[in-house]
Amino acid sequence: MADVLVLDSIRKSYNLGNEAESEVLHGIDLSLKAGELVALTGPSGSGKSTLLNIIGLLDRPSSGTVCINGQITANLPDSALTALRGHAIGFVFQSHYLISAFTAAENVMMPMLVDRGHRDAAMRTRAEALIDDVGLTPWRDNRVTNMSGGQQQRVAIARALAMDPTLVLADEPTGNLDSVTADGVFELIQRINAERATTFLMVTHNMALAARCHRIVDVVDGRIA
Amino acid sequence: MRFLADGPMQSAFILTGIAIGVGVIVFMSAMLAGLQSNFIKRVLTAQPHIQLTTPDEIARPLRAMPALVEAATVQRPAQRVLSIDQWQSMQRSLAARDDVATVAPTASGSALAGRGDANRSITLTGMEPDFYFRIVRIPDYLVLGSTRLESDDILIGTDLAKDLGAALGDKINVSTAAGNARVFTVKGIFDLGNKGANQRSTFVALRAAQSLLNLPGGVTTIDITVHDIYAAETIARDIGSRLPIKADSWITTNAQFFTAVKAQQSTNTLIRLFVGLSVAFGIAAVLIVSVIQRSKDIGILRAMGTKRRQILGVFLIQGGALGFLGSLAGSALGAGALFLWHRSARQADGSELFPLLLETSLFATAAAVATLTGIIAAIAPALRAARLDPVEAIRG
Repeated sequence: MADVLVLDSIRKSYNLGNEAESEVLHGIDLSLKAGELVALTGPSGSGKSTLLNIIGLLDRPSSGTVCINGQITANLPDSALTALRGHAIGFVFQSHYLISAFTAAENVMMPMLVDRGHRDAAMRTRAEALIDDVGLTPWRDNRVTNMSGGQQQRVAIARALAMDPTLVLADEPTGNLDSVTADGVFELIQRINAERATTFLMVTHNMALAARCHRIVDVVDGRIA
Repeated sequence: MRFLADGPMQSAFILTGIAIGVGVIVFMSAMLAGLQSNFIKRVLTAQPHIQLTTPDEIARPLRAMPALVEAATVQRPAQRVLSIDQWQSMQRSLAARDDVATVAPTASGSALAGRGDANRSITLTGMEPDFYFRIVRIPDYLVLGSTRLESDDILIGTDLAKDLGAALGDKINVSTAAGNARVFTVKGIFDLGNKGANQRSTFVALRAAQSLLNLPGGVTTIDITVHDIYAAETIARDIGSRLPIKADSWITTNAQFFTAVKAQQSTNTLIRLFVGLSVAFGIAAVLIVSVIQRSKDIGILRAMGTKRRQILGVFLIQGGALGFLGSLAGSALGAGALFLWHRSARQADGSELFPLLLETSLFATAAAVATLTGIIAAIAPALRAARLDPVEAIRG
């Protein structure tokens, strides 16, 4: 299996002023293979979110290299990072962060819209197929504000898959859901991971769910334990 | 557009603000254009755009010896009524100019009009109706009778008719300082909308005036209209420099009026500028609030691969759309208000205060300027949105 993600000696420091710096990540090495479902666990403040932002190309490491699908990102300009992020990585957040002005299908179409060059009919067909795949066929054209938390998170998962990314980063996707709904959302992630061979890196505090992943990566004090 | 529709109350408030601003601009522009056009029409249909007269007579003292210095007081001579030299050739050359519309020679001077025991001093103007009435539209101001003048017919103003107790068909005796006198028949009575003009102005056939004023075959003035009324002063100067004649444009003879028109234009421009600025700041304020409210959406869009310039474009389009939609509502509002004001505001004589001038170009300009203002006003909020760090935006 090819590596979808390779992190090599990732360090991240924040400037606190007066030349003082605080290092949050202390040399992280990690690789994810295609089709893996990996849980990223660790206590609050351990550096999970910072690591996820760096993997998602939303932030740059202070040192070390991030390699996505074999492409080293260190020297890429912002515009190239944005393009790579749009095509290779999907995001699912704890709060779904869907755009309230749009319907479920339109939210799923959004990554294709911003990528440009996709025909309207093709975008619509793909969005509807993804909505069907996450079990929301009757709610395709509903405004997302009229949907339940579980349904909104399913729409967010469908949106993350819109560009057919190799890697989906899920930041506590079940954190705001009750246990039954959370279980349903996790099963959806498991099914998509199995069917599409899409790599998932999922931050979670739910150790029961983490145990059902292929692998657990535990981050403690900015290091992989 | 969906972002705008998603905050209906906020969008409605700013659209109302823009509509009121654009409405004020449309209302003021159309009303002032109408008022100005009405004033200019009234002024320029009762007088020529350029009037050519003989140069002032000046005294030239004879000097006995070149080296002799004399302390002399040179008295300004009285100005006689003189004919313009070679006026026929001047008329032909002036009529051939591209910038000149009409040329009409006139013979005018002071006279005394009497009927029974009543006498009034008048300005007697002899003219050729075919040319002169194209310059001073006496037929438009006629309240009684006709403007078809025979050699013994005269047109008088309403106030002179009242002073002399004269009606249509009555005889009036007109005498001049030269000792000539003639009896005319009142053929028409006009109202120029000015008491002084209605008391003094009278019009007769050119030959009748020439004989009364002792100007056989001569004229005292050549009246001209030009195609571009605002170029009248330049044309007058050009004519004055080419011909041995004094040329005065309506801009010089109505300096106060022209200054008032200019002042009105400047005031209107300033008011439009300030209204436009307040609209622009309103749009900017609403969009800045929108950027703050939607910072998470912007962060997500950035995470999904949206480029900075795409975010910039979204907010610039929002600004332009607000300006354009507001201008449509504002144009309707301004036009409606103007229509109501036009119906209710009347002059003392009951005629309209200003003509209703609602030109398509006004609405097109309002829409274009409002859209552009919206886009410019959106620049700062759009830049702020485009520069948002997606991590910070998502974290909130």
